[in-house]
Amino acid sequence: MKDISPATFLRFDNVKKSYDQKNLVVKGFDMDVRQGEFITLLGPSGSGKTTVLMMLAGFESVTSGDIAISGKSINNTAPNKRNIGMVFQNYALFPHMTVADNLAYPLSVRKMPRDQIKARVAEYLALVELSDFGDRRPGQLSGGQKQRVALARAMIFQPELILMDEPLGALDKNLREQMQFEITRLHKQIGFTVIYVTHDQTEALSMSDRIAVFNDGVVQQCAPPSELYERPVNAFVADFIGENNFVSGKVERIDGESAQIQTDAGTITAQVADGLTTGSDCKVSIRPEKLFIHPTDHAYDNALTVTFNTRIYVGDFIRYYFKLPDGTDIIVKVLNDLSAPEFNDGADAQLLSLAKDCIAFPDH
Amino acid sequence: MTDRTHTLSPEDARNAAREVRKRRFQAFVFVVPLLVFILFAFVAPIATMLYRSVHNPTVANLVPETLAALEDWSGEGLPDDAVLLQFAADMKRMANERTSGQLADEINRALPGMSSVIKSSARALRRVDDTDLAANGVALLLDANDRWSDPATWRAIRDAGPIYTSSYYLTSIDLERGADGSIGARDVQIYKQLYTKTLKMALTITVLTLLLGYPLAFFMSQASDSLSNFLMVFVLLPFWTSLLVRTTAWIALLQAGGVVNSSLIWLGITDEPIELLYNEFSTILAMTHILLPFMVLPLYAVMRGIDPSFMRAAISMGSTPLGAWYKIYLPMSLPGLSAGALLVFIISVGYYITPALVGGTDGQMISNIIAFHMQVSNNWELAAALGSLLLILILVLYWLFDRFVGTDNLKLG
Repeated sequence: MKDISPATFLRFDNVKKSYDQKNLVVKGFDMDVRQGEFITLLGPSGSGKTTVLMMLAGFESVTSGDIAISGKSINNTAPNKRNIGMVFQNYALFPHMTVADNLAYPLSVRKMPRDQIKARVAEYLALVELSDFGDRRPGQLSGGQKQRVALARAMIFQPELILMDEPLGALDKNLREQMQFEITRLHKQIGFTVIYVTHDQTEALSMSDRIAVFNDGVVQQCAPPSELYERPVNAFVADFIGENNFVSGKVERIDGESAQIQTDAGTITAQVADGLTTGSDCKVSIRPEKLFIHPTDHAYDNALTVTFNTRIYVGDFIRYYFKLPDGTDIIVKVLNDLSAPEFNDGADAQLLSLAKDCIAFPDH
Repeated sequence: MTDRTHTLSPEDARNAAREVRKRRFQAFVFVVPLLVFILFAFVAPIATMLYRSVHNPTVANLVPETLAALEDWSGEGLPDDAVLLQFAADMKRMANERTSGQLADEINRALPGMSSVIKSSARALRRVDDTDLAANGVALLLDANDRWSDPATWRAIRDAGPIYTSSYYLTSIDLERGADGSIGARDVQIYKQLYTKTLKMALTITVLTLLLGYPLAFFMSQASDSLSNFLMVFVLLPFWTSLLVRTTAWIALLQAGGVVNSSLIWLGITDEPIELLYNEFSTILAMTHILLPFMVLPLYAVMRGIDPSFMRAAISMGSTPLGAWYKIYLPMSLPGLSAGALLVFIISVGYYITPALVGGTDGQMISNIIAFHMQVSNNWELAAALGSLLLILILVLYWLFDRFVGTDNLKLG
C-alpha cells in the first residue's frame, strides 16, 4: 500500500469490480483526491466510470481493493452513513414534495430542529437563487431550476464530498453552459470535493481540476485539462479528448524527446510518446487547429503535402478536409478571417505544423 | 378576393370552424360502433335493472278491478262483499287464462303459503258458472280457503298492487312495511349481514393480494428484463387458463381427500381431514389467487416507472432504506397501489363463480344471492334491487376513494 499523503482526502486503492464473476468492469482503479478538488471521470459509455461512482456512493459493492475517506475505509459503511451528497442525471427530486420539502428531507432524517431546518432551507434556496420557488412542486420547474434544486439538496447537509452523475446530461446547450458556471461557482464558494461523471469532454475540460479518462475499465490518464489536451499519454486519450488527426508513418530516428517520422506526405519531427521504438510503425497526432495552410506567417518545423478535398463553412471558423497520399482525411480548422484560402478541387496544398504540436504514438 | 390584412376574416373563421367540425365528426365515426354496443349491452340492461327494482306491474295487470275496489278499504276487518265478489270473478278469469300462478307467486312473496291458497281457490272457482258466481261469489270464495277471511291476505293483495314500489329495496336491506304502513325490521335478517360479509371478504382479499403483490411487483420492477419477463409469465398464467379450471384446481387441492389434506395427514399434523373446502376460507384463498394479477399489473407498471435514483437519492441523504421506502417510494407507488386495490376490491365485491363453486353455504357472497333470485326463486325485482344496491355501494366507495386518495392518483399502466 502506498503512503498516504496528509492532503489526501479520498483514496481509491486498486479498486476492482466484476458483476458476472468473469469480466472486470473496473480494473484496478487508483486515485488520490485532495480536499476541495474537482475531479471528473470522463469516458465513453460502458467504460466503468459510473460504476466507480456507485461504489463510492455505496450502491455497488467493491469486488476487491479499498475506498477510503480521510484515511478510513468506507467499503463496509452503509450508503446512508457515508455522508456523501449526490446529484443525479434525472435530478431525482421527489415529485410528491415541494421544493422546500425536498431540501428539508436530508435535514429531517438527521433530526434537525424544525426552525433550524427552515432557516437552512431558506439559506440554500437563496444560494441557488430560487428563494421564491420553495412552495412549488418539482414538476412546475424548468430543467435548469430542477438542476439547481438537486444541487442545493445535495449540498444542504454539508457533506464534504459531492458526487455528480452526468448532472447536465438532460439540459440543452445554453442551459448546460449556465449550469457549468453555476456548479463551478458553488464549488469555489463552499469548497466541497466533487467527483463528477460525464461523457461530455467540453464539460470536463471547462470545470475540472483534474480529469481521469476511462476506457475499458482502466484509467488511461489522470491529469489537469490542459495537460490532457496538450500532452496526451496515448493514442486513445489523444483521440478521445478534442478532435485530432492521425498520420501513419515509420520511426526513423529517436533523439531523446523528439523523433523523426517518415510518412508518405513528408518527414515529421514529433514528440515521443511512451513505448515508441526506432523502426516501428507509429501514428502522429496533430490537432486541426495546430495545422496551418501554406502560405502562412507562422513558424513551422514540419510540412505535409496533401490534396484538397472540401471545405465546410461552420461560422466562426472553416473546416478544411484534405487527403493524405494514403487516402485518409486530415482536417484543418482555420479562423473565419481574410486568411482563409480558396482551393480548386484536387489541388495540392502544404500543411505546416510545429514539432511540439505533433506527438508520435506507437501503432499496434 | 384575397384578404391581405393580418386579421381573421369571417371567411377564415368559417373555414376553421368547418375544419373543427369535420375532425369532430371523424372522431365520432370512430367511436360509434363502441357507443352503440355499450348502449345496448351495458347502459340499457343496467337501466332496465334499475327500473325493474321499483317497477312491478304484474298484480296491477292481473286484478286491476279488485285493486280499484280495494282502494276504499280501511285495512281493518274484511273488505266489502263487492270487493270479494269482484275478486272471485277475477279468480275465475285468471284460472281460465291460466295466469293465476303468476298472482300466486307474487302474493306468496309477501305472505308465505299463499301460493297454494290462490292456486287451489282458482281451481275451485274455475268451473262455477257466471250466474252462480254473481249470486254466491263471496261465499264460494270464503269456502274455498279460510285464509280469505283473514284481513292480512287482503292487505297483501292491496300492497302488491302499486306499479311502483319501494318494497324490494326495503327487503334488500332487511326492512318491511307493517300493517299500518310504518317501516320496521323484518323477522328474517339476511341481506344486511350478507352485504357486510361481502364487503369484509372483499377487503380481506384486497389486503391479501396487496401483501402478496406489492413485494412481488417491487422485485420484478428491480429485476433485469429477462427475469421480470419470466416472472410476469407466472403472474399472467392465471389469465391464460380458464377461470373454471383454476377454481376446480382449488377444489382438487382442498377437498377432504385432496392434496393438502393427504399431505397434512401423511405428515402427521392431523388425523382427520380438515374442512378446507366449501367455506369462507376456500373462497378467500381461491379469489386471492385469481385476483392477484389485477393487483400486480398496475403496481408493476407504476413501479417500473420509478427510477431507482429516487431511492438512492434518499439513502445518500442519510435516510435508512426503510425510511426512504416509506417517505419516498410508497407515495410514488401509491397510484399503482390504489388502482390495484380498487380494481381487486370492486371485482371481488361482485364476484360470482368462485364463491358459487368453492364457497359452500358459508362462503356465499351477495352476487350468489342475486343469482339465486334470478334463477331459482324467480324474483327478478328483488334481484334487481339487490344489484342496484350493490352498484350504489360501489359508487359510494369509489366516491370515498376519490375524496381521500384522489382518482388522479390512479394509474393502470
